[in-house]
Amino acid sequence: MAKKKLKAHHIDRDWCKGCGICVHFCPKNVLELDDLDKAFAARPEDCIACKLCEIRCPDFAIEIETE
Amino acid sequence: MAVKDYIRQRFLPHMWCPGCGHGTVLNSLLRAVERLGMSKNEIVMVSGIGCSSRISGYVDFHTLHTLHGRALAFATGVKLSKPELNVIVPMGDGDALAIGGNHFIHACRRNIDMTAIVMNNRIYGMTGGQFSPMSGVGIHATTAPYANIDRDFDVVEMALAAGATFVARSTVYHAQQATDLIKQAILHEGFSVVEILSQCPTHFGRKNKQGAAADMMAHYKDITVPVGSKKKAANPELIERGIFVQKDAPEYCQEYDKIMQQAMKG
Ligand SMILES: Cc1ncc(C[n+]2csc(CCOP(=O)(O)OP(=O)(O)O)c2C)c(N)n1
Ligand code: SF4
Ligand code: SF4
Ligand code: SF4
Ligand SMILES: [Mg+2]
Repeated sequence: MAKKKLKAHHIDRDWCKGCGICVHFCPKNVLELDDLDKAFAARPEDCIACKLCEIRCPDFAIEIETE
Repeated sequence: MAVKDYIRQRFLPHMWCPGCGHGTVLNSLLRAVERLGMSKNEIVMVSGIGCSSRISGYVDFHTLHTLHGRALAFATGVKLSKPELNVIVPMGDGDALAIGGNHFIHACRRNIDMTAIVMNNRIYGMTGGQFSPMSGVGIHATTAPYANIDRDFDVVEMALAAGATFVARSTVYHAQQATDLIKQAILHEGFSVVEILSQCPTHFGRKNKQGAAADMMAHYKDITVPVGSKKKAANPELIERGIFVQKDAPEYCQEYDKIMQQAMKG
């Protein structure tokens, strides 16, 4: 099976509580917290669509859409 | 069905603090249900009281939010009357092993077909950070300002000794493994116990200077090893993750059914 390619990061700003778990464990350092402590994809081009952020997020706030 | 379709989205964002491990347990649990392709109507979630027990409010299954420590007793009633349903019982460490300890060991002994999930953050989160039977020696809590002197339980050993027929452990750091273990526990016919080490950054983390939620999660990577790892022999302090027992034994509802048939024959 070919590796899935990233299409988009979907981050729900109402649900994200800025805990930083996704930022801390992203193996490619793609994510950051903005001034309001909401996660965003600062370097989406580096994302390998591993979904580790999505499966560990306690708030269902980040979803990785693949092609 | 997508994972999010199993959530009562109208109640989100949920009440758990930022970085509370209980949200990740819910995440892992819903992925297990999704992988099994289960419908919402074939699952009953029964919980007691605690931050962990609030989980039943967020899932779009049949749900019961009951009394502190008594979730397994309510769940037993549900399962006996509707054995065709899948019963899942998430509990806090205090809920399952302090006030609910007796219910817990006897549910293990009966081998009734349900899935107990112990969301172990080693503290009473909801009531402000009192120590629980899972806190252990040296831990600081509201009720142990000079450090706790009570020894802790090992819930895996206790479940094994009490007769549970599926016993496993993982952590919120190991979310993929947690999903896989919960999936197997749901499929198991008998009483299954899955302990998931979770974090309470608000009370346990703060009182024990364990840093941010992500640091507490990362700590679970450092202090655990797969079952049977050689590292455990060298360092007995390490906590094992994986499946500890998976065996067949007469299941309670089926045995009860046999008794009913016998009684009806007169
Ligand atoms: C019969 C009864 N006794 C005590 C309480 C108070 N109480 C509510 S939650 C709780 C403990 C919660 O700890 P735990 O089960 O570990 O769940 P957590 O909040 O850590 O997820 C206690 C003692 C109660 N609600 N009912
Ligand atoms: S893990 Fe989830 S809640 Fe936490 S910062 Fe990332 S998206 Fe937000
Ligand atoms: S999918 Fe993987 S690489 Fe991409 S942002 Fe999430 S954790 Fe980082
Ligand atoms: S008090 Fe602790 S257990 Fe309760 S929601 Fe907050 S972090 Fe989670
Ligand atoms: Mg607790």
